[in-house]
Amino acid sequence: MNLTNYLVLATILFTIGALTVLVRRNAIVVFMGVELMLNAANLAFVTFARMHGDLTGQVVAFFVMVVAAAEVVVGLAIIVAIYRTRRSASVDDVNLLKS
Amino acid sequence: MTTLLASAGAALPVLTSLAETGRTSTGEEVLFWCLAPVMVIAALGLVFARRTVYAAMSVVLVMICLAVLYVAQEAPFLGVVQVIVYTGAVMMLFLFVLMLVGVDAADTFTDALGAHRWISAVLGVGLGAVLVSVVLTAADLAPSGLAAANADGNPVGVARIVFGDFVVTLEVVGILLVTAAVGAIVLTHRERLVRRVRQRERADARVAAGETLTPLPAPGVYARSNAMDVAALGPGGRPLEHSVPRVLRVRGQERSVGEVHAHLGPEAVGSTPPERAITGEEQVR
Repeated sequence: MNLTNYLVLATILFTIGALTVLVRRNAIVVFMGVELMLNAANLAFVTFARMHGDLTGQVVAFFVMVVAAAEVVVGLAIIVAIYRTRRSASVDDVNLLKS
Repeated sequence: MTTLLASAGAALPVLTSLAETGRTSTGEEVLFWCLAPVMVIAALGLVFARRTVYAAMSVVLVMICLAVLYVAQEAPFLGVVQVIVYTGAVMMLFLFVLMLVGVDAADTFTDALGAHRWISAVLGVGLGAVLVSVVLTAADLAPSGLAAANADGNPVGVARIVFGDFVVTLEVVGILLVTAAVGAIVLTHRERLVRRVRQRERADARVAAGETLTPLPAPGVYARSNAMDVAALGPGGRPLEHSVPRVLRVRGQERSVGEVHAHLGPEAVGSTPPERAITGEEQVR
């Protein structure tokens, strides 16, 4: 098996994550789509690290994980704050700045 | 754990053959073709799941499979971190917020706008086609494998780079994590606008309003299946509607005394028939 298969799997997962962000209306599900895209990018990083015989790709994937953890904390806090004021977790209901 | 990971990395026989042949071992191929369809189907579950909790669990499945693939790809450290950080921390945080926010009625796939949904689907499929074609037409690198880089064990190799070349990045990421934690606390902090109502205030308000001070009567004098759903009878023979729990009343699941009593024929009761028929319609004396 060629290592390209891993890359194809990563692109498929990335596409499904992007599709989730485009299609779904629930903010939490949209957020999980973003997480799926980050994971797909990590898989590509790990595969490239193996192709090049260099561990830097794994280190970058590690940093992606750390930043994703920070991003999840802030993002979910924003979702909870919006839900408390608007009683809705739908991304379409957050339109106060629209005039 | 470090020695465990190192031995796991060293025990993989894949490493030597990969650089020579450019192909992975048969075992890894089987593993990949077992996990890849599962991952794709679970990821599609994220798009099509009607309940948010199902979507979250399918993402958890994808992430666990990814951890297995990392270990197979000579990155056991990342595999363990993936399980701990993503499935252990991030997805559980998602589940907590799901429980906090509650399940939204406008939550399903079908509530997306009609045209918007199809345009999004076309765009997504197009993006996938472009990405896959780019990957397939790219110059195929001869894989060199990580046998040399993982000679001292994968965590050791990763640590050398993290604390060597990327040490400034590591410091910045540490600051970022602290900032994110403080930011989450600030964002979810709620100022108390009114005075807190405690048990004492509730009791005072109750006395001031002249409501019932004693506990409500217990339901279910004549119930046969579930005592909670039939009203108790007062001293006058009248059913006390407020003895049935409020939730059952709101749901319309309460039963009248007459309804239950209808099942109690004289033959069913046997030797102790009721001395007078209680239908819930007696006059108050």
